[in-house]
Amino acid sequence: MIKYFMSLEWKSFIRSAAFKQNLAFKIFIGFFAGLYGIGFLLFGGGVYYIIEEFIQEGKITGANPLEVVNRFLIYWFVFDLVFRYFLQKMPVTNIKPLLHLPFSKGKIVNYAIGKTVISYFNVLPALFFVPFTVVLFIEGYDSLGIISWHLAALAITLSINFLNIFMNNMDKVFYPVAIIVAVLATLHYHNIFDVTIYTQPVFSFFYENWWSFLIPVLLCYGLGKYAYTYFKNELYLDAGLKSVTKEASTEDLSFLDRFGKISTYLKNDIKLIKRNKRARMTFIMGFIFIFYGLYFVMLDQEYMMIFAALFSTGGFLFSFGGLVPSWDSSYYKLMMSQNIPYREFLLSKWWLMVVVTAVSTVLSLWYVYFGWDWLFAILAGAVYNIGFNSSVVLWGGAFVKTPIDLTSTKKAFGDSKAFNVKTLLLIIPKMVLPVIIYYAFAFMINDAAGYIALASTGLLGLLFRNKIFTLIEQIYKNEKYDTIAAYAQKN
Amino acid sequence: MITINNLSKKYDNSTVLNIEHLEIQKGQSIGLVGNNGAGKTTLFSLLLDLIQPTTGNINSHGVQVDQSEDWKPFTSAFIDESFLIGYLTPEEYLYFIGELRGQNKADIDALIASYSDFFNGEALGQKKYLRDLSKGNQKKVGIVAALIGNPEVVILDEPFANLDPSTQIRLKKIIKGLADDPNVTVLVSSHDLIHVTEVAQRVVLLEKGEVVKDIEKTAGTFEELETYFKDISESYAPVILEEE
Repeated sequence: MIKYFMSLEWKSFIRSAAFKQNLAFKIFIGFFAGLYGIGFLLFGGGVYYIIEEFIQEGKITGANPLEVVNRFLIYWFVFDLVFRYFLQKMPVTNIKPLLHLPFSKGKIVNYAIGKTVISYFNVLPALFFVPFTVVLFIEGYDSLGIISWHLAALAITLSINFLNIFMNNMDKVFYPVAIIVAVLATLHYHNIFDVTIYTQPVFSFFYENWWSFLIPVLLCYGLGKYAYTYFKNELYLDAGLKSVTKEASTEDLSFLDRFGKISTYLKNDIKLIKRNKRARMTFIMGFIFIFYGLYFVMLDQEYMMIFAALFSTGGFLFSFGGLVPSWDSSYYKLMMSQNIPYREFLLSKWWLMVVVTAVSTVLSLWYVYFGWDWLFAILAGAVYNIGFNSSVVLWGGAFVKTPIDLTSTKKAFGDSKAFNVKTLLLIIPKMVLPVIIYYAFAFMINDAAGYIALASTGLLGLLFRNKIFTLIEQIYKNEKYDTIAAYAQKN
Repeated sequence: MITINNLSKKYDNSTVLNIEHLEIQKGQSIGLVGNNGAGKTTLFSLLLDLIQPTTGNINSHGVQVDQSEDWKPFTSAFIDESFLIGYLTPEEYLYFIGELRGQNKADIDALIASYSDFFNGEALGQKKYLRDLSKGNQKKVGIVAALIGNPEVVILDEPFANLDPSTQIRLKKIIKGLADDPNVTVLVSSHDLIHVTEVAQRVVLLEKGEVVKDIEKTAGTFEELETYFKDISESYAPVILEEE
């Protein structure tokens, strides 16, 4: 029986559309997974000596490294839980076609839960605990105690895994807990109240009493059993396997009608962003980019100011605009057979990007706190983004042919389209050119000339917008059939 | 009038559609039948310029569809779910299509009211997005959307599939109404021979991409079609037996 499950799993892996489309992307992800794994291994092996040194230098107070680790272990596990809550999902989709086949429900549940046990989320903590434990052995800690401590840590990790199974979709429980932990961490950081003083003995207890690992192991067993029954009871199409549907809300956006013909599309785009996870995520990410400049402020790398300004004001522009026709991929055939001139369609996206970029710019004005230079950079970058990049981004989008599944948040943080050569080339006018323009004038004349040159290029772009749009329109027409065919492929 | 000349579509080396000549008079209603893979959806996709013909062309009311986009204002279609915008409510979707076709909100409200028996109290006003509706209800919305703005060419791919019996009867009435309008050309495909012979004035039978039969509907059309498909199914039967 397990043989069938294994072969199903393997086929779903190698036959997924994403796998075929972009082997490079898979290798890239695999590379990072490997890198993290090695990172955890080294961290597990080295952290003992790092802490030891810190204690000697007096940077951390503690009797020995194990005690220090025990103090911070609570944060480790909380972080583990949060991480899983957002990223680890129950493998529910593959289950539906198995339901009516002659498998017992118990087997299906065991298969699904077994899959979570061997997931990367469990391997990663083990990669830390195993080398750390080995180091403890070498450093002459009590063997029985270490084994007990190690088993306890792994059992807790596994318990979190099971906890996550029935915590899925329990926002009401999750968010209050997350807030409490965040508050405790803040209090700890400001030395007001240190929760680790109370949790540290718990973890030390596992080391000091060799039999104590039984407690978390039993807890883990109990949670596993509970996860099993919980999942088994949910194994109905109208219970746990039901896809969640939200009640529809309609909104009156008729105030946008003043924008004339493009308002039709603009209203749709706003609904697109409001009602679809993936689009909403991109929208929020766009605003998080506003703080990107802080990174350069902290590094004190002022020469990257232009770069930072472009990103802070244009986060949404790059993340949303770069995928422009793809947002409409699920109904692209409709768009192509309806009465829709390309120009109006593009223009509505353009306006959306321009308005959001303008808002981001206003929200980025506080950078003036770090000096007038920052303000000038932000303003010049914003003009360049609005005038020139907004068109270039649409141009690049014409070559993007990855369909977007609006309802899923997967791939929201990194898309395989990054490996499209044409879109990569278009980074040059988007990011490199403005930096060159600025420095050409800043070195030859002065900083002010650099800002003015940058803003002027943006204004020129605005002036030639219609010309650029005619060009983009032509590309859209040439790519039409390819795009339709590509969007018709479902993942 | 729609004229198809020398039209073919090839993928790699297999020809999926090959029509030398086909003329559809304005106001006619055409029923398209054929087994899976006969080329029905390919023909519709070509009519809507969603795929490129390998050879030949389609001329719709004087517009060559793969050269100019001027056919769009008088053509409307519902092919599959990819014609629906999942995150809109049915009403919002109909308003959206209405705006594209130059209709205001009141026009659409009137249209919705006139099709209230077709919706049968479902699909509309349910506080659900289109993506959360059942297949049948999605289809109802798509079909009604294809009727917005008095189109002169209406293309419906398998409109009867997934609909409940009462809705099928209502849909037949709607299509017959369009067929009687001398300004509206209707193209409907279906696997159900009864439905097709009932609503169409002319039946075109495709088989492996070629037009095998092209008949004006008469009392004997249904029998003729049924005999044809029966023969095909029987001619394959011995082959299956031999394999066993």
